[in-house]
Amino acid sequence: MTHTPPFRLPKGGRLIDRAFQIPFRFDGRHLRGLTGDTLASALLANGQMLMGRSFKYHRPRGPVASGVEEPNALLGLGQGGRFEPNQRATTTPLVHGMITRSQNCWPSLDADVGAVNNWLSPVFPAGFYYKTFIHPRPFWKHLFEPIIRRSAGLGRAPTDPDPDRYEQAYDFADTVVVGGGIAGLTAARDAAQAGQRVLVLEQEGLWGGRTPVDHEGGQAVIDALLSDLRGRSNVTLRRNTMATGLYDHGYLIAREALADHDPNQGIPRQRLWRIRAGRVIAATGALERPLAFACNDVPGVMLASAVRDFITNHGVAPGQRIVVVTNNDDAYRTALTALAAGLDVPAILDARPVADGDLPRAARAAGITVLNDAGIAKVKGHRHVEGVALCVQSGEGKVMDGIDCDVVAMSGGWSPVVHLYSHCGGKLAWDEEQAMFRPDPDRPPLGADGTGNVTAIGAANGDLRCAGDLERDEGATMPVWVMPARAPYKLRAKMWLDFQNDVKVTDVELAAREGYASVEHTKRYTTLGMATDQGKLSNINGLAVLSNALNQPIHATGTTTFRPPYTPLTLATIAAEAKGDAFQPLRKTPMHSWHEAHGASFEPVGQWRRPYAYPRAGEDRHAAVNREILAVRKGVGTLDASTLGKILVKGPDAGRFLDMLYTNMMSTLPVGKCRYGLMCNENGFLMDDGVVARLADDTWLCHTTTGGADRIHGHMEDWLQCEWWDWQVYTANLTEQFAQIAVAGPQARTLLERLGGSIDLSAGALPFMTWAEGDIAGIPARIFRISFSGELSYEIAVPANRGLELWERLHDAGRDLGITPYGTEAMHVMRAEKGFIMIGDETDGTIIPQDLGLDWAISKKKADYIGKRAQRRTHMTDGKRWKLVGLESLDGRVLPDGAYAVAEGVNANGQRKVQGRVTSSYHSPTLGRPIAMGLVQHGPARMGQVLEFPMPSGEVMKARITDPVFYDKEGSRLNG
Amino acid sequence: MAEALATIARRTELGMITIRADLSRAGDALAEAAGLAIPDRTGIVTDGSRNLGWMSPDELLLLLPVTEVDATLEDLQQALTGEHGLVVDMSDARAVFDVTGPHAADVIAKLAPVDSGALPDEHLRRTRLAQTAAAIWRTPGGFRVIGFRSTADYLALVLTNAAIPGSQLAPR
Amino acid sequence: MLTLTCPYCGIAAEEAELHPGGEAHLQRIGPSGTDEEFEAYLFARKNAKGIHFERWRHAYGCGKWFLAARCTATLQVFGTYEAQTKHPPAEIVEAIRKSRPDWQPDWTSAAE
Repeated sequence: MTHTPPFRLPKGGRLIDRAFQIPFRFDGRHLRGLTGDTLASALLANGQMLMGRSFKYHRPRGPVASGVEEPNALLGLGQGGRFEPNQRATTTPLVHGMITRSQNCWPSLDADVGAVNNWLSPVFPAGFYYKTFIHPRPFWKHLFEPIIRRSAGLGRAPTDPDPDRYEQAYDFADTVVVGGGIAGLTAARDAAQAGQRVLVLEQEGLWGGRTPVDHEGGQAVIDALLSDLRGRSNVTLRRNTMATGLYDHGYLIAREALADHDPNQGIPRQRLWRIRAGRVIAATGALERPLAFACNDVPGVMLASAVRDFITNHGVAPGQRIVVVTNNDDAYRTALTALAAGLDVPAILDARPVADGDLPRAARAAGITVLNDAGIAKVKGHRHVEGVALCVQSGEGKVMDGIDCDVVAMSGGWSPVVHLYSHCGGKLAWDEEQAMFRPDPDRPPLGADGTGNVTAIGAANGDLRCAGDLERDEGATMPVWVMPARAPYKLRAKMWLDFQNDVKVTDVELAAREGYASVEHTKRYTTLGMATDQGKLSNINGLAVLSNALNQPIHATGTTTFRPPYTPLTLATIAAEAKGDAFQPLRKTPMHSWHEAHGASFEPVGQWRRPYAYPRAGEDRHAAVNREILAVRKGVGTLDASTLGKILVKGPDAGRFLDMLYTNMMSTLPVGKCRYGLMCNENGFLMDDGVVARLADDTWLCHTTTGGADRIHGHMEDWLQCEWWDWQVYTANLTEQFAQIAVAGPQARTLLERLGGSIDLSAGALPFMTWAEGDIAGIPARIFRISFSGELSYEIAVPANRGLELWERLHDAGRDLGITPYGTEAMHVMRAEKGFIMIGDETDGTIIPQDLGLDWAISKKKADYIGKRAQRRTHMTDGKRWKLVGLESLDGRVLPDGAYAVAEGVNANGQRKVQGRVTSSYHSPTLGRPIAMGLVQHGPARMGQVLEFPMPSGEVMKARITDPVFYDKEGSRLNG
Repeated sequence: MAEALATIARRTELGMITIRADLSRAGDALAEAAGLAIPDRTGIVTDGSRNLGWMSPDELLLLLPVTEVDATLEDLQQALTGEHGLVVDMSDARAVFDVTGPHAADVIAKLAPVDSGALPDEHLRRTRLAQTAAAIWRTPGGFRVIGFRSTADYLALVLTNAAIPGSQLAPR
Repeated sequence: MLTLTCPYCGIAAEEAELHPGGEAHLQRIGPSGTDEEFEAYLFARKNAKGIHFERWRHAYGCGKWFLAARCTATLQVFGTYEAQTKHPPAEIVEAIRKSRPDWQPDWTSAAE
């Protein structure tokens, strides 16, 4: 029979408001639904049963379910940056003006070219890709994979940025009840009465779950519970909130829909809740299982519960003539509901030999034909159900009779929603009597105290009866995994288990025959349960078919792992506030605004943003760097060095402590002096370097690299707290308290003296590697006479609030000296010209100071320091370790950073042997030629030798080994 | 348009001094110099113009008007004479925000893994705010938040975003 | 994501407020150690499935390092304690034994 109107019933529909029509679009057509509709109910009300195409065979598909388990009715919603693929029509509330489109079809849902796959289905069995495309091997990468990738994927990912806002929030509760049905609300009331702080989460917009649909008087019971709970201050009721996953120690993640698909509200679209639950009550209900009969995927074959949901909730008739096929009593409710709505129910096909409970009796009394030991041999129709062929369930599928119908309402029993119970390690037990996996109360997920922290109740615990006064007796469910029981191959090859991924009974049987005995392997081989619905409908039926094929009981097969999220989360919700300018904290120095105003081009250094250079109009970054370097070498420049770590170390044992921390001796440093120090880890490898100043008898100030400040402070505290806890030392991280400015160049002293102050800056009073305290330009300051540029240089530390003031005063006073702000790249080039190493360039976590010729900074006198023992290990003292040298490019081109110098011969993998690599490489404007440093085997003993560096292009660059100090070898400039 | 959940205001006139010492030995002298009782573990005490907060078992943070910092530094150093201790001015190292308004707790709950609505008075909670370290305590009408100076713009941004109108956490 | 209570400040901190530090109670081997001793100190870690003692720093809190006794398989936490100790204290051992009666400490002297 054909699918005929009216699709919207003349009356009924507890959730809709017929007074308010909502326009929306589906594949370009203008349609109307009602307030309270889901997208699925609105489409059905417009006679649109066909809502998608399956993934593999592109078979026409309509909705099977009415909730989160829906595998077929997946649509693309919205436009532009708000477009979202794979949205379930059954759980998407209809919103005014919604724009929706079908997926996985071309050129249209009705005329889909990909459906040719369906006719080829006999040649696309499980494992088809694995078997077919493995030979010849090169074809996979160049031919098969590109083609398969182009045709694969369900829905299209949006390409525009998502303009919506998302957020997260933390919550805490003694008891979190997941599920706002009758079981959950009752448990919430009990917990609240016991004085607990209770949070109740309901995935839908309405409370009550199935109770109001399935039980007369159900709504009244729900309303009474809600009214009780709303009166309690210790209860929070949160709806439209999906608990998607449970993690360690009661950490529950839930997604609250605030303004889904409705951007006009101006509020965050979704909120991700990060909840710490003392215990979780899983009242997540159960999902109805499909039945596996031939052509059970034809549009119009639906779960019995979905059929009655659409009728009761939305006043929508999925069809006019509904055949019910079941193995339990519950589906009889659908028959009675349909009949009461004025629809035709020609028969109930019950697989059980006997059905004489209350519901079957009521159905018979209502005049419905009930056939026992009955099943469907095959569904007729291609794009829509046209009828069913009947057979005996216990038989082989011999067709007894036919019934015309446009909907088949099927029920294979119910499976508890055990996901939350399982996410964090709770185990399941097979309930033979009810033919379901249910939570095993003896093996719950454990909380921090080692006791179970999740309790499943109600249908989620396998208790399918409705609690309290609404309880009615129901007959037992009879397991039916294949219909009919002894169906031949021809029928089994048309029985769908996984609708979205097109996995059939015969695919699972094939996997079993080919040796995939583990359910996890079968899942991956057949893709059963791997679609976006994660097998909510298909898993149990698939397990049963596999167990049957393996001749073992279902509990021996077990289940695949239930992993979060229960339903998909958008990435935007997970990122929440961390996007755009708030993607990560950007740390800014006190002079940041000046740098911005003066055209700085910034580079990230950890979370800091530091000026890389200050390009002027018409200048690129490279030109700016060259100009800045020459300005410093010839005049004076300023570098914002505020990001350098500054850690105060104070106490009677501070000297002894620093002697352990640094490779050289810090306890002997006189007050008023500075010393360059190296810090290694216990592996002996260099981890940081910097200048240490002794401020007082018991106080040192340790400078670290920009990236090292927090790490080195943590490192110090670790050793002080966990190893030498009896040593009297306190540390304080002063990094952010001070702005620090390097003033470098032959005119540095001249400039600083112009600012006036209490500190004598002369070479005699403040020689290289000393420091002094006082004020400059009226600002309290500490001035360190240290140099990373190789020039006469002072680093001036002032309170951070006054850093910008000092910086501006310097630039005002130095205008006629050509004062130039310089960035990190100029600093890098200048230090390389001087042969100074840089942590992270010359070091990579495997470099010891000895590799870098820094033996002078390693104390021979000290009995111990962190890393000392490691530096005596045989590999560390091996003469073949690569050592630091300078490299001079022979043809005037800059060597690529990281390039390898090759040696004679090949290694065991057939690769050229290497004997060194470039660690820093720049154009030196000071010298007018390229300079580089590198690590080379026996390097210092090979001065003048030429190394070869093959380039990816095939050409070979050559460089001569030199001393790494390219500029002012005698150090007269920085001592000036 | 509805109101923002809370007002986010940066405070700049606050001085801060970090004190590290063995509080069981030097506590009385430090309390005298700071003019406030030593707070209990994770506590913060105030006399209206100053706050003294417990940062760790051997660390206190004194917040005071910036004009009083220099003199108080002297006093605290005096108090530690003969003791192993450390007193240092941190007035410039931090960014301070006041988050005030009827839904201020919602703003905190969106950013910090803290039960903000149940945060007791006189409790100093060191934690993280979005992706950066912060300390939070209740003030009349809301919360005070201190974080690192360099992240001031970030803190202002995430606090303001969390307070956008209509986004209160109460169930809807 | 775990929660652990910092023994110094009493705050039940979540993992995002903590910084992990690996196995606890390592005995540092200095310059006098043999190659074997030093290798064991540097590289040999227990990687236990079951009872494990580990270091955590309350990095987004009071900044103190503390130690935790935890089951790596079930994530049960038996207790946290201050870092200034060579071996887990008696009350931690007792707490572990309470739920794992067969568990034996692998250090020789609890009094050390």
